[in-house]
Amino acid sequence: MEWNFLAVLRDFDLLMLGLLNTLKVTGLALLFGVPLGLALALSRLSTFRILSGIAGFIVEFFRTTPPLVQLFWFFFALPILIDVRMTPLIAAVVTFSIQSSAFFAEIFRGGILSIDKGQWEGAKAIGMTYGQCQRRIILPQAIKRMIPAFMERSIELLKTTTLVSTVAYTDLMFQANELAQKTFRPLEVYTIVAAIYFVLIFLFSQFSIAVEHRLAKSGEGTVR
Amino acid sequence: MSEILRIENLHKSFGDLEVLKGIDLTVQSGETVVLLGSSGSGKSTMLRCLNFMETPTEGKIHLNGELIGTERGGRMRYREAELCALRARIGMVFQHFNLFPHMTVLENVMEGQVIVLGRAKPEAQDKAMAQLDRVGLAEKATEYPARLSGGQKQRVAIARALAMDPEVMLFDEVTSALDPELVGEVLKTIRQLAEDGMTMLCVTHELGFAYHVANRVLFLHEGTILEQGEPQSILKAPATDRMSEFLEGHSLFKLPD
Repeated sequence: MEWNFLAVLRDFDLLMLGLLNTLKVTGLALLFGVPLGLALALSRLSTFRILSGIAGFIVEFFRTTPPLVQLFWFFFALPILIDVRMTPLIAAVVTFSIQSSAFFAEIFRGGILSIDKGQWEGAKAIGMTYGQCQRRIILPQAIKRMIPAFMERSIELLKTTTLVSTVAYTDLMFQANELAQKTFRPLEVYTIVAAIYFVLIFLFSQFSIAVEHRLAKSGEGTVR
Repeated sequence: MSEILRIENLHKSFGDLEVLKGIDLTVQSGETVVLLGSSGSGKSTMLRCLNFMETPTEGKIHLNGELIGTERGGRMRYREAELCALRARIGMVFQHFNLFPHMTVLENVMEGQVIVLGRAKPEAQDKAMAQLDRVGLAEKATEYPARLSGGQKQRVAIARALAMDPEVMLFDEVTSALDPELVGEVLKTIRQLAEDGMTMLCVTHELGFAYHVANRVLFLHEGTILEQGEPQSILKAPATDRMSEFLEGHSLFKLPD
């Protein structure tokens, strides 16, 4: 067996385009998934039974069905139900926004519930409304506690987006498949792709560890 | 003196458990009322009903002559906005301080002024500094609560409540979580408030404080006011056996005079 990376590196820009698209799907899914997750968490914590029931169902449904099934459903099934033109990008963003929002919702919910109930009382006693309590007192503290779980989940999301290659979205994985067929060099191609994912995620997780350390330190200064 | 707070037939139940069984009380402006009673007597619940941290099951509360809530179908109904506005007019200090740990001392004292009362920041800051000065903690303004002692935290909590210009202050066992040597500084702060003419209701186990600072002492037992009167008489010569037992329990081991 002979390794020959040259044939692959000649078309490295194809892989870079794929990487860009991978980051685009991940970024968009985070952009929509995080606020949607917060909305789901607040709904689930609501005292309105119907609202919290619906939010609970959405969260559980998207946490318990395989992401590949969800992706195929949005890409192949939804256009049959309603008149939409699904592009691979839209299907990918919709799927991973909702799917990750279900996980983010649970992180938000856990973070909010972890805040001592005295904080609610302190805020309520000076006349704050529920919304003011959440925005000014509870969420700022909860989000700080959520950051490690949040980053963990974002890494999972980045890895899961490889599934979009199955609906012909030109992400890194899709480009790798193309390149492997074109060059007949799957060994080199998938080795490089694995290395790219490794570097990307390793750097991100190192960053998240650093943030966690910072938080732990400043935590001493701000937690009662 | 004028009436500032009137409570009529206050009831509160948690599920099947009736904690308050009909409390009537009128508090005059500038009065310091101390609530005594063993645990489970309903004293904290009563205090928490006054600013609707707990919603009364039955009864009426008037602040400065105005009835809180509206009566419909024989029951009192309360709107959330109305209760928020009410809470802004009544200061409350808790056993566990409940300061906001992600804000500095100054920000803690400014928060309600800016967010709830809509005061401009410079004005809120001046007011906050004045109240911090009043509780003797102006030099801690830029610290985070975690860097303060329990006594200092509680004084910040008092300043936070005072900065809202409350009409009444409620103190809920505010020295119970403190080391004994820190109790004095907090009680001194509260006594100063009393002398400044603040209307206050205090739930406490500090009999000495009740004796020296209160205008009136209420003794709660099983959800009703069993006895009330001036501290000098009621604490020295209680009328009921129940209150005698309570007072004895609190002064079993005293230093000899």
